[in-house]
Amino acid sequence: MIKLIPRVENSTVMVLLSPLLALTLTALSAYLIFVFVLVDIPVSSVFFTLFVEPLIDSYYFSELLVKAAPLMIIGLGLSIGFRAGIWNIGAEGQYVMGGIAGSAVGLYFYNVEALWLLPLMTIAGILGGMFYAGIAAFLRIKYQVNEILVTLMLTYVAVLFLSAMLQGPLRNPSGFNFPESRIFHDSAMLPIIWEGTRLHIGLIVAIILSFVAWFGIKKHMFGMQIKISGSAPRAAKFAGFDDNKTVWYSLLISGGLAGLAGLFEAAGPAGQLTPGLPQFYGFTAIIVAFLARLHPVGVLFSALLIALSYVGGENVQIEYNLPSSITQIFQGMLLFYFLACDILIKYKVVSFKTKN
Amino acid sequence: MNESLFINIIIGISIASVPLMFAAIGELLVERSGVLNLGVEGMMIVGALLGFVVMSHTQNPYLAVLAAMAGGMAIASIFAFLTQFLLTNQVATGLALTLFGLGFAAFAGRGYTEETIQLITAVPIPYLSDIPYLGPLLFSFNPLVYLAFFMVYLVWWFLFRTKQGLILRAIGDNHDAAHAIGHNVVRYRVMAILFGGAMAGIGGAFLSLVQVPIWGEGMTAGRGWIALGLVVFASWQPFRIIFGAILFGGITILQIHAQGLNINVSAQYLSMLPYLATIVILVSLRMRLKNKTNRTVPNCLGRIFHSTT
Amino acid sequence: MKYQLEVSNITKSYGDLKANDNVSLSIKDSSIHALLGENGAGKSTLVKIIYGSLTPDSGEMKWANNKYSPKSPFQARENGIAMVFQHFSLFESLTVEDNIILGLDGVGLNENFSEQIIKYSKQYGLDINPQQVVGDLSVGARQRVEIIRCLMQNPKLLIMDEPTSVLTPQEVADLFVTLKKLAADGCAILYISHKLEEVREICSEATILRGGKLVQSCIPQEHSQKELAEMMIGKKLTELARTNITIGETIFSIDNLSRKSDDIYGVNLKNIALKMSKGSIVGIAGVAGNGQDELMELLIGEIPSPKATLNFNGQDIGLLNSHERRQLSMFFVPEERLGHGAVPDMSLDENMLLSRPDSTEMTSRDVIDWEKVAVHSKTVIDTFDVQTPSSKMLAKSLSGGNLQKFMVGRELIQNPELLIVAQPTWGVDAGSANNIHQALIELADKGSAILIISQDLDEILSLCEQIHVLSEGQLSDAVDMKSKGLEKISQLMVGGKV
Repeated sequence: MIKLIPRVENSTVMVLLSPLLALTLTALSAYLIFVFVLVDIPVSSVFFTLFVEPLIDSYYFSELLVKAAPLMIIGLGLSIGFRAGIWNIGAEGQYVMGGIAGSAVGLYFYNVEALWLLPLMTIAGILGGMFYAGIAAFLRIKYQVNEILVTLMLTYVAVLFLSAMLQGPLRNPSGFNFPESRIFHDSAMLPIIWEGTRLHIGLIVAIILSFVAWFGIKKHMFGMQIKISGSAPRAAKFAGFDDNKTVWYSLLISGGLAGLAGLFEAAGPAGQLTPGLPQFYGFTAIIVAFLARLHPVGVLFSALLIALSYVGGENVQIEYNLPSSITQIFQGMLLFYFLACDILIKYKVVSFKTKN
Repeated sequence: MNESLFINIIIGISIASVPLMFAAIGELLVERSGVLNLGVEGMMIVGALLGFVVMSHTQNPYLAVLAAMAGGMAIASIFAFLTQFLLTNQVATGLALTLFGLGFAAFAGRGYTEETIQLITAVPIPYLSDIPYLGPLLFSFNPLVYLAFFMVYLVWWFLFRTKQGLILRAIGDNHDAAHAIGHNVVRYRVMAILFGGAMAGIGGAFLSLVQVPIWGEGMTAGRGWIALGLVVFASWQPFRIIFGAILFGGITILQIHAQGLNINVSAQYLSMLPYLATIVILVSLRMRLKNKTNRTVPNCLGRIFHSTT
Repeated sequence: MKYQLEVSNITKSYGDLKANDNVSLSIKDSSIHALLGENGAGKSTLVKIIYGSLTPDSGEMKWANNKYSPKSPFQARENGIAMVFQHFSLFESLTVEDNIILGLDGVGLNENFSEQIIKYSKQYGLDINPQQVVGDLSVGARQRVEIIRCLMQNPKLLIMDEPTSVLTPQEVADLFVTLKKLAADGCAILYISHKLEEVREICSEATILRGGKLVQSCIPQEHSQKELAEMMIGKKLTELARTNITIGETIFSIDNLSRKSDDIYGVNLKNIALKMSKGSIVGIAGVAGNGQDELMELLIGEIPSPKATLNFNGQDIGLLNSHERRQLSMFFVPEERLGHGAVPDMSLDENMLLSRPDSTEMTSRDVIDWEKVAVHSKTVIDTFDVQTPSSKMLAKSLSGGNLQKFMVGRELIQNPELLIVAQPTWGVDAGSANNIHQALIELADKGSAILIISQDLDEILSLCEQIHVLSEGQLSDAVDMKSKGLEKISQLMVGGKV
């Protein structure tokens, strides 16, 4: 028989070992799936394309970073909210709304080239995401409506809203009725930081934000408020924290960052507003946040790992004609294993004999 | 309004509401035991896929429905194992289940996107369906529609008319006390989770076997999440699920008919209705309850149970 | 007379800790047998072994002269062993009837069960309505539900874990009548307690545990209370006495404080009024569930109240939150340790920050100085003798007594002008309780005011100069203790007037 005994202190060894264990188990499971599914393709070369190629080829590597940036930014916001026990799982919707709001500003000034335009779009993007997540905060505080359901329902609404906008007011007037906006001009586009690739300044913003968040979580009472509210709500009141404020902070920060990521996607790699804006980043960032154990700097690394699976997944799709959904399976399994392995941090596994 | 349009609307509503009814009644039992499984959407899509695949290979509707149930249970068992034995966070694990289910179904179903199957059709009950007015209204539905109503009744009967049901409610109310007087918390919860998986599986299969004869990635389109909302809306009372599901079915049908009537609103805005309605209904429920604590919320919902003994 | 249960040489370890070390005890039938010991002495472990929810590492048991080794509570109940838990194993959202059915194996839902419940409740004088929802019941009524649930199994042995700790004096007297009747009817009772007076009153034998080991089996009437206490604790206790009572001017007053509870099982507070002076220790007695939690939330500032209902040092503070109140030198120790006064999954260092007036310099402009925090938590740990390897340990890993010392210490190092503390020694071993009481007395001697909200009447009586009683959300005036004080308090506790 196997038994779990709670540890008195979280195991520091396991904090480091459990992600590695989870990764190994995921790789093994992926291997087994490939062996079963891919009869005529050598598994090792699929593995190479999936996990190694994106790291050694400079173009793929730049694409990896392009995909990692929004995951980092959204994941950071979510990790803060999740710590407070506020389950904003509709970041995808806030991302879309941020993209729409920021782009709308850019499109309104489509004939104005100015330095202030991009900052203005950025602010609009953040506000768009904040507003959208703020709805959930308001409903939770005023009517105790569960934020999980609200943010999710609003995600479906946001995607439909994007589609309505692109067939209506934001459609390119000279675009032959395609549901796409005008293409942004240069001053409405994010600066590129790696010549010849699509890698934009969003990555740097993500890294800066991650350290700001780290300071806020680790060194500032804000972090304590978030953590205590999530871990023991009555203790948070005892400490004098306002629980409504915690809800507002959590949702506004995660919504604002998701909105920022949405605008960066539109004003970065896309260069216009298209129906292809939502790319599941908002959902995948949930995995990113958990893999990082909600640690703001850890988010940078887990976003890179997940971005690797994205780029690798696209590559095997092209080279071996495999479905890109393999990426999602891989990510789902990784999260399962990761959650499972984390039990080793809080509990000691002891085997014992049953006596008769 | 003429009679046949009226009956068509009724049938349309039933078809739109039944998937929700299945998924929600399963989740209701799960939540009554004190477990929050956010993986309904994932379990539904796997059910939808497996039902479709088995139907397309065997043309046997019974096997197809059984396969959908088995599929839902299979992936629910991952959730059960992780949350009940490895004590993982239920919210995170449920989300992982949804993401994994969507990915798995998209991956495994890639060869079936071009196929169509024979839909499971309505079976008018002999004689009864010939009764004027009442016959077409009550006795000429798809067999799965009757099953959905029966499952709601069955869950109610189990929860409130059997000792095991009482024990399950007790576990949801206070798992430590239930454990202290000797009830096996984990066993009850695992069974409840598997039942929830089976129900979500049928609910998903209803989409691909009754609503449309095709399989498509993401065809559940958030119904798993709406089902979760329905459980809250129903205040964890089984029969209210029927009411809630029909309400949503009605909104869906309204939206489809409104599009048909050329109402001057973009299709997208009408399509938002079911999602917005979910939110509005949850809010109105709270406005009705005002400041009263909801007595029916299972106390242990989402809490991890670990016994040291 | 024969033995109903014989327990021989039971040992049970958790890792390095021997919770039970070679413990034996024998219970005669029709007797009331006391199991005495402090928290952590191994009483619960032993009882769980008897009740089948734990299996011992070694040792054996005999039940009516047959070998007995239960694998689960079901088997224990089959044999005729029933247990009333200290933290009731009741289900708040279910009716009394459902709760009782849940504890009875082989009883389904279809029988007409209410009548049987009523029959039993009449037979033993335990007043209960089967259709009431348990969440609506008082603590005493809940205990009656538990007892009836046990009696309906027709047990040969009834185990009662600290049954009187939550009862009014009248309820205690009623309970004893029931227990004596039960014993006379042939049911043995294993009575777990640390209240020695009670044990001497109703128990014919006593087994005393300390640190997992058997200290002695004896007849309690043959020993004085003091001797029993010292056997239990293993050392002598300090006598509590105040050295300097100087009552100064009013420092804190509550005026016309009311509150409608937002919890359906909660209690509404009605026109609470109280004045307390510097240097005084004021007690609020009363049975749990009469508004203590609701009042404590208002006093801490977790829920704001109208501005002028609370006044501290001349300042109206009803609207201030707990942090702002601490800045004025008001400090609080809530009843619930894990999850309220401390965050279970955080280290002691982090828990220091729950109470962080600017004067500590643990934070400045909300930026945390972790080194300062560590210095403060070390002070608390050293000064109040908190047993822990380091301040990095999670709060939940500390024993109840140690965590309580930490929580009381955390507030005391601030030298509060006013300390409000609920249940300061609830579930704390006698040694630690003694230390905590001593520390409170020293604080008051220095001129601070202390408000103690406690269900433990002995505690209130031994510490407080001014005593009020909280009953059904109403606070009595200070009780005049000069004549028949205890009688008045008892009466007030059950909602009477004096």
